[in-house]
Amino acid sequence: MSPATLLMEATYLVASILFILGLKAMSHPDTARRGMFYAEAGMAAAIIGTLIGQHIVTWVWIVAGLLLGSAIGAWMGITVPMTAMPQRTALSHAFGAMAAALVGIAEFNVHAAEMSVFTRGALGFEVMLGALTTTGSLIAAGKLQGVIKGTPVQFKGQQVLNALIGLGMVGCFVTFWINPAILVAFYTMVGLALAFGVMMVIPIGSADMPVVMSLLNSYAGLAATATGFVLGNNVLIIAGTLDGFSGLILSILMCKAMNRSITNVLFGGFGATVAEASSNAGGTMREIPLDDAAIQLAYAKRVIFVPGYGLATAQAQHAVRELAELLEERGVTVKYAIHPVAGRMPGHMNVLLAEANVPYSALYEMDQINPEFPETDVVVVIGANDVVNPDARDNPKSLIAGMPILEVDLAKSVIVLKRGQGRGFSGLENPLFFKERTRMLYGDAKGTLNLLVKAVEQS
Amino acid sequence: MNPAVLIASVYVFALAAFLGYQVISRVPPLLHTPLMSATNAISGISLIGSLVMAGAHYPLVAHLLGFAAVTTATINVVGGFWITDRMLKMFKKREPNTAKAVKR
Repeated sequence: MSPATLLMEATYLVASILFILGLKAMSHPDTARRGMFYAEAGMAAAIIGTLIGQHIVTWVWIVAGLLLGSAIGAWMGITVPMTAMPQRTALSHAFGAMAAALVGIAEFNVHAAEMSVFTRGALGFEVMLGALTTTGSLIAAGKLQGVIKGTPVQFKGQQVLNALIGLGMVGCFVTFWINPAILVAFYTMVGLALAFGVMMVIPIGSADMPVVMSLLNSYAGLAATATGFVLGNNVLIIAGTLDGFSGLILSILMCKAMNRSITNVLFGGFGATVAEASSNAGGTMREIPLDDAAIQLAYAKRVIFVPGYGLATAQAQHAVRELAELLEERGVTVKYAIHPVAGRMPGHMNVLLAEANVPYSALYEMDQINPEFPETDVVVVIGANDVVNPDARDNPKSLIAGMPILEVDLAKSVIVLKRGQGRGFSGLENPLFFKERTRMLYGDAKGTLNLLVKAVEQS
Repeated sequence: MNPAVLIASVYVFALAAFLGYQVISRVPPLLHTPLMSATNAISGISLIGSLVMAGAHYPLVAHLLGFAAVTTATINVVGGFWITDRMLKMFKKREPNTAKAVKR
């Protein structure tokens, strides 16, 4: 082994360790930032090590790619708003997967003849996963951005068609695995995988995106792992596996938070079904005048805010923080209850509130906050619906039966900020809105909150 | 790839999976978005495979595919770490209640 190769291998080892340390530091918000510096240092070391240790003969493509990628990456880093984080992340899953697929295709072009059976298998996985994750993530990003309609696309025979595409893809994979000389099998596999990615994501509604995002995250990571197997490179295997498992764990958590299985999310097309099973919801919704709501808040002891995706779409994060601070100055204890699927990707709501200067110590997870609702004077639900639907707990016939909810109906009083009288994404009635202790406050969340701030100031 | 290397790779994979499970399970839901963004940036390490394709002694087609891969992987590395840091910077402890926080 030449000294240059040795140095390269050493940087890979260092990078692997730094990546793990970096993710370990993610266990607390106070250490997380430092952890990312470790990871960045590891990345830099591995890149420099590669450039020294590999036999690089042409620099022009490398330099061009690095410069172009850095420019686009930095531009995204600076400009992407926090509300667009789900789209950005979906897009980066696409980029990561695309890089893996492209390397795989190049590798196939150069080395297909001399590859061992095993390496060829890994290469097949790399390219297949990479290709389907690329198109799947692009569709997801399009749905999140609103370029593509967010509602599930479903048609007759869809599952049969998907199964055919899937089988064709696997068939081509096996063919090329057995005989690498059949080039057409390899490229047909790439094409079918690209199609499969599209078909996989179009039947899934926007509200199920947290699961899809996590799953695509996992695929992108595993594609990188497969690249590691093809190249016999351990740091790639380690980093890819960490990414893959992170995505897998998040998918499981998100499914639990919706009480649904992954297969149900992938094949269910939830947002499309119109609820037939009517709940025990009925009666009238009671409106509350703004000033009354303000007085109720101003003289409460404990207030909990429950933000949902509607808060983000109304850009009301700063308004809610202002109201919370005002109440705190008056001696009210204010907390925020965050449901795991509030938002379009795991943890999204926390980021949005942190951006609005809400301290993270005020953000509470579902399990922490649920016991506190009975002692809470006022709960303010902002743009959330299904995650506070008591039917999930009480009505076994409900479509969302068994989904863990924030039990706001146990609080002494509830104020629901809502745009109109419409239903949530699932189309379900929410009995919470009809309860004796619930009051509705209609209007744009941001405007209403600003008015509440003024009213509380005067009371 | 000879069998010894393959077995070693499978070991690395299994241990990384185990370690990944242990480490990631400890990340609080509070930080799940930055986590996803960070693991994404880290898996941009496939950049090192792309670099070899783009610059080693290979035919032009490999260079071109490599160039595209270097670009997308670099976008992930640079953009991913940048955005992760931007998000993590925002997570603050409760500050001593200073009258009214100044709007940024």
